[in-house]
Amino acid sequence: MKRDWPAYFTFWHKLGALSLSWFSFVVLFFLILPILIIVPLSFNVEPFFSFTEGMLRLDPAAYSLRWYREILANPNWILAIQNSFMIGIAATVIATVLGTLAAVGMTSRYMPFKNLIMAVMLAPMIVPLIIMAAGMFFFYTRYNIAGTYIGIIMAHAALGIPFVMISVMATLSGFDRALYHAGLSMGATPVRAFMDITVPLIRPGVISGALFAFVTSFDEVVIVIFLAGPGQRTIPRQMFAGLREQINPTILAVATLLIFVSVLFLISLELLRRRSERLRGITET
Amino acid sequence: MADAATTPTDMRPATPGPRATAATADVALTPAERRAARAELRRNRLMAFLLVTPLLVFLTFAFIAPIATMLFRSVHSPAVAELIPATLERLSEWDGQGLPDTATRTAFASDLRTLFAERRSGRLGEEINRVLPGASSTIQGTARRLNAEDPDAVAASGAEMLSALNPAWDQPDIWRALQRAGQVYTDRFFLTALDLERTPEGAIQARTSARIYIDLYTKTLRMALTITVLTILLGYPLAFFLAQQPSGRANMLIIFVLLPFWTSLLVRTTAWIALLQTNGVVNSTLMAVGIIGEPLTLLYTEFATVLAMTHILLPFMVLPLYAVMKGIDPSYMRAAMSMGARPIRAWWSVYLPASLPGLSAGAMLVFIISVGYYITPALVGGTDGQMISNLIAFHMQQSNNWGLAAALGSLLLALILVIYFAFDRFVGASNIKLG
Amino acid sequence: MKPMKRLLAATAVAALALPAAAQDMTVVSFGGAYGAAQRTHMIDPFMAATGVNILFEDYSGGIAEIKAQVEAGNILWDVVDIEVIDLERACSEGLLEVIPRDILPPGDDGTPALEDFYPEALASECGVGVIFWSTIFAYNQNVFPDGGPKTIAELFDTEAFPGPRALRRRPQVNMEWALIADGVPKDEVYAVLSTPEGQQRAFAKLDSIRDSVVWFDSWSQAPVLLNDGGAVIVQSANGRIFDAVVQEDRPFEMVFDGQLFDLDVWAIVRGTDKIDLAHEFIAFATGTVPLAGMQDVAYGPTRRSSNPLVDPAVVPFLPSSHIDIGLKADGVFWADFGETLGEQFNEWLLR
Repeated sequence: MKRDWPAYFTFWHKLGALSLSWFSFVVLFFLILPILIIVPLSFNVEPFFSFTEGMLRLDPAAYSLRWYREILANPNWILAIQNSFMIGIAATVIATVLGTLAAVGMTSRYMPFKNLIMAVMLAPMIVPLIIMAAGMFFFYTRYNIAGTYIGIIMAHAALGIPFVMISVMATLSGFDRALYHAGLSMGATPVRAFMDITVPLIRPGVISGALFAFVTSFDEVVIVIFLAGPGQRTIPRQMFAGLREQINPTILAVATLLIFVSVLFLISLELLRRRSERLRGITET
Repeated sequence: MADAATTPTDMRPATPGPRATAATADVALTPAERRAARAELRRNRLMAFLLVTPLLVFLTFAFIAPIATMLFRSVHSPAVAELIPATLERLSEWDGQGLPDTATRTAFASDLRTLFAERRSGRLGEEINRVLPGASSTIQGTARRLNAEDPDAVAASGAEMLSALNPAWDQPDIWRALQRAGQVYTDRFFLTALDLERTPEGAIQARTSARIYIDLYTKTLRMALTITVLTILLGYPLAFFLAQQPSGRANMLIIFVLLPFWTSLLVRTTAWIALLQTNGVVNSTLMAVGIIGEPLTLLYTEFATVLAMTHILLPFMVLPLYAVMKGIDPSYMRAAMSMGARPIRAWWSVYLPASLPGLSAGAMLVFIISVGYYITPALVGGTDGQMISNLIAFHMQQSNNWGLAAALGSLLLALILVIYFAFDRFVGASNIKLG
Repeated sequence: MKPMKRLLAATAVAALALPAAAQDMTVVSFGGAYGAAQRTHMIDPFMAATGVNILFEDYSGGIAEIKAQVEAGNILWDVVDIEVIDLERACSEGLLEVIPRDILPPGDDGTPALEDFYPEALASECGVGVIFWSTIFAYNQNVFPDGGPKTIAELFDTEAFPGPRALRRRPQVNMEWALIADGVPKDEVYAVLSTPEGQQRAFAKLDSIRDSVVWFDSWSQAPVLLNDGGAVIVQSANGRIFDAVVQEDRPFEMVFDGQLFDLDVWAIVRGTDKIDLAHEFIAFATGTVPLAGMQDVAYGPTRRSSNPLVDPAVVPFLPSSHIDIGLKADGVFWADFGETLGEQFNEWLLR
């Protein structure tokens, strides 16, 4: 590896820099390897969690789509997939609408009790899930919304709200209110000015907040374990049960699919970030 | 939390809006204008507040009320008072010395018989067992045999029947336990959660039988600390390295951090199960290479919990560190080093202080998240690797001791808040950025 | 207005989709090979015959989950498969509905239900028997090529038979076995276990193998542990090992010595709003033919009229063929001592 070392670098400096980069690559592999190893294992023709000899020889007969077919054949997985998306979308919609409105209110300089209210809204981020799950079980069973979609969706929306608020408020902080006021002074109603001027400008923040909220719900399992009835099983709940009871590679196949979903999320977020930077670049001129 | 909020909120528009100007420049205004300005201010406040109201109402129901209910349940336990109200009323006149009078014991025998017939004696046994271990079998066994007796005979000579059926009824302990479990508002769940108990005289003392909860809190904190230190040891050099890279390469390498961050927790836990199990990837690789002859026990241990959680939480350390380090001007380090400071020295006196906000934010995130972690210890921890959350889940789902679960949960919540405010006080929690 | 409209549309779609996913009835059992047999012979035929949609769930046994639902008034399950060792406790604590006997149809040979069922199958008013089964232990022949443990006492002998042994995480069965291993005659086990000294004795015996025990929660884990090397000896429901041996040709040896003979029943969670449907399901699933189907996993039928349908090749593997060397699980004992010993057991585990 050819490097341009600064003139004052001694041998020890260089050794240090090299070990740093080697160490960093080891850590990066530690981060990514366990995830990547799942992908080939999910095509294992045998019901094991390890590489067979055939797989290491790259024998095509050692690989199969058996476990992927099993997902499709199992009504519980199909229901779980439907539920995960449905609950995720519903919770995201609630969190996004409520969170965006509140973020606009919170960034107003006239907002009273700002710090206190902010603390309440962000609390779902630091309170352990097990505590929320226990509390929600006690409270929701009293009103017969445990074991229903409504209960799960409410809980997941509460979890997603802090992400929407942080994301939208960050976008609003780069947004020039003069534009909104210009709209007002030209005779637009506040609602109209908000919809036509503010919303398009903060849209990247809203969308990335919504993505965060969706992923939060999509991944969440503790509250589902405590609140959901058999009809509301989600993908992570089904995985949890499978890992606890009968381990078989169907879970690896589901995990592989979920890895692709997270790659998609990563790409959409990156696109949003670029778009947001571009938009802000325009408003700042 | 308050400070975390200020980062995005603290916006100062370059040009203040026209309304803001009117509200602040009050010196040259007429009283009428001032009144109008104040009305305007009120309207703006109301407007802002109305925007936030739907969310507040929602969170009150979805989040605040559940937490409050849990706190309440940790001290509220009406079950026994509802099961044997008449016995409890009589027992309230008993001074706790010797045995309650014959009439009280007879009344209880009748109550117990009825409870068994209504299939509620098990519930009573369960509740009393939590105050006096072993009492459940006494109560259930007695109730079952009383049920075989004629109700009039029980009403007439219940006290003698109790004595004949089980000698435990001739001891004051079980009657005291009934009395204590009958309290609707109680500190007994908190006492149990802190490994304390009451002596027969009512004084608080360390629990004489197994002490498990304090140990478990200590172990949880120790594991969380280990995980935090490990993520710092792995994450700090990595973030430092990434921050030194040209932005193109850094953006590519950071994917290695972001992909795990965005990947489902269950997927990452599954990965560790596949790696660590007896015939898993790690064991079969080590055996194929010839390092070990017998597979190692890796899964279902504390080691597995710490390893998997370090992997899962590492992005929470790297991302805030990287965000802060990207903003540190590399020329400082260069300047210090070109003036002859050794790298360690230059790092210590220049770079570390500048990167401290990221470090503390990452450490706080990792520590707080790991103290309350449930899923990974439940799946890879076996019996050794369990944390306090797992015991809360156990009391919620397996032993159905909800009062104790609520007390343990309240203590955990208090612990988290203390950690949070300590961090906030000493290092400021406002620096949390995940890129 | 575009984004708002889109949000509203999404909400509407989500709201409309909700009722579509509603389930007609939830039936809960133990999963694995047993669950598969029940799905084939009971669940699927019932759905085909009635058009009712059943959500068939797995659980790992015990009464905790049922209790949580009943105590919270949050009934999520309708029909559940319970081990008789837990049944009396669940029944006497008011967690289950009483099942009227007149819903049960006569056997296919015309015998009235009350005569057709073995008396044990209808002993509790809260359940209708599904299978005769037993808790046995099994070992991997590859690990003990010269022969593995043959008795419960040898199961507890970690010197002669070293290696991890997997037991289900509960006091039931383990405490009985500990006493048997410690030399208590089978017919005195429950009497000894009723005394504090007997309980101490059982825990002391369990202490002696404590470091070699792998605890599992669900029966379906037993054959998996034996297969992947997580344990060399496992406690298991006999049918799980039978399935692994017969269906997957695994080198497992079953040991019936000290088997804890038990039944599973269908029971109804108290407070369900689908009680008529639950009755209909139980009546269907405990008919002569569905019960005979449980021979797939070497579990004996609870109706006499099912016996002619049982393949003679399976008979040696049925628990009833080894009844003289076993012990009958005592549900009444566990109804009285389940809570007490459960708590002691959990504290012992954490110690």
